[in-house]
Amino acid sequence: MIAWSHFAEIFIDTVSDVVPIASIIFGFQFAVLRKPIANPAKVMLGFFYVILGLSLFLIGLDLALFPLGETMASQLTAPNFIKQFQLSLGANFEWFDYYWVYLFAFFIGFSTTIAEPSLIAVALKANQVSGGSISVNGLRIAVALGVAFGISLGSYRIVVGDPIHYYIIFGYVVVVIQTFYAPKLIIPLAYDSGGVTTSTVTVPLVAALGLGLASTVPGRNPMIDGFGLIAFASLFPMISVMGYAQITQWLNKETKREDEENAL
Amino acid sequence: MEAMTALLKALFGSLRDLMPIILVIAFFQLVVLQEPLPNLVSILFGLLLVVFGLTFFIFGLEMGLFPIGESMAQAFARKGSVFWLLIFAFCLGFGTTVAEPALTAVAGEAAEVAAEGGMILNDELAMEEYANGLRYTVALSVGIAILLGVLRILKGWPIQYMIIGGYIGVVILTMFAPPSIIGVAYDSGGVTTSTITVPLVTALGVGLASAIKGRNPMIDGFGLIAFASLLPMMFVMVYGMVVA
Repeated sequence: MIAWSHFAEIFIDTVSDVVPIASIIFGFQFAVLRKPIANPAKVMLGFFYVILGLSLFLIGLDLALFPLGETMASQLTAPNFIKQFQLSLGANFEWFDYYWVYLFAFFIGFSTTIAEPSLIAVALKANQVSGGSISVNGLRIAVALGVAFGISLGSYRIVVGDPIHYYIIFGYVVVVIQTFYAPKLIIPLAYDSGGVTTSTVTVPLVAALGLGLASTVPGRNPMIDGFGLIAFASLFPMISVMGYAQITQWLNKETKREDEENAL
Repeated sequence: MEAMTALLKALFGSLRDLMPIILVIAFFQLVVLQEPLPNLVSILFGLLLVVFGLTFFIFGLEMGLFPIGESMAQAFARKGSVFWLLIFAFCLGFGTTVAEPALTAVAGEAAEVAAEGGMILNDELAMEEYANGLRYTVALSVGIAILLGVLRILKGWPIQYMIIGGYIGVVILTMFAPPSIIGVAYDSGGVTTSTITVPLVTALGVGLASAIKGRNPMIDGFGLIAFASLLPMMFVMVYGMVVA
């Protein structure tokens, strides 16, 4: 059922991914800091768990979800499928005929982000540093909503063929405006959440979706228009995380005001 | 017994994290596309591996990656050598990015785009040269980004002005960069930060901000990843301009 050579290959890939990191860490530890590591056995075991965990995770995804998700992305973007659910009357498809694609983009963006290991790591750290006031799942859901919206908007952009930079620059303007109004404590974390969302789980599925769309929509060049979904997925979490903090702050203010009024 | 309950609880948590993907894929496969699930046994086995993998990863995170990131940050802060800390920051950024498989894949695709767009010669050698150049450009930019981010934590500079400045840089470069590289450049910001780098860099930032007096780990500790996703965009566009 599972080829050992496949397991070995992914395991070796993950190890070779970790080797440069480990050699930098241990090199500096011994040559510059010149101090033994506290609990070396535990740290080593931790590194081993990380490598083992990541390998199992990737193999499992390869076995269970990636092939299905990738085929699905190309099936949903195929002209035959779109024709079946066409809403417009003309011979050519309108942008809204791709509604299943946008829905798929939204849900796949949301669900892959929830499972993203590096986002779990950052959320755990943020929860610990903030003394529990930032909840692990609250942050993850806020980021996942941002990615979901970003990827569906990115799919729409590929369908209509607008230049990518108008969207990105507009997104930047929103981020800058929010920065001035959002609670100060959330800003660095919000900026970080843009970069952490797109790794092991999200990138392969989203890339397949972008490629599928760009190669089936008439007039798109897959080599040029297939790129850019990742950029959308890293921009919108910043907006949604700051938005989440702003809404929470506003709600707290409202309840406080109500409390005061009741006290009077 | 206690360890068993902890493990079971962690496994259950991982399963809950994966539930949304399973539901989405099953819904689209069965209801929208109306096709059966192929080789169900292999899928279930794969899911089992994913659940165990995620659980091990999180255990390892708390045992290995977080503690080492934080203890190194504290050791550097105690040693007081800014020079070595910055060298370490650069090496960590450069070293973890240059070997990143996602980046290698994107660089290869970008070379094909460039060859098709007539920016470089359409042969193996020119494409490989271009892809390698791109890879080193991104790795260099991530190294500089982490260095800059660490310097910011040391000095306590406010992050928003630096990031807004970076955005302005991206917008200006977009106007001058060759159109075919813009999509690649925007994407390169997202792909550089791998699953192992992120926890390590976050622990480093938070550890530094907690070890230095007058820094707030929430305000000063986060933000390294933001630099690591912004700077590559600018560097890749400059690279596109230089090559063209």
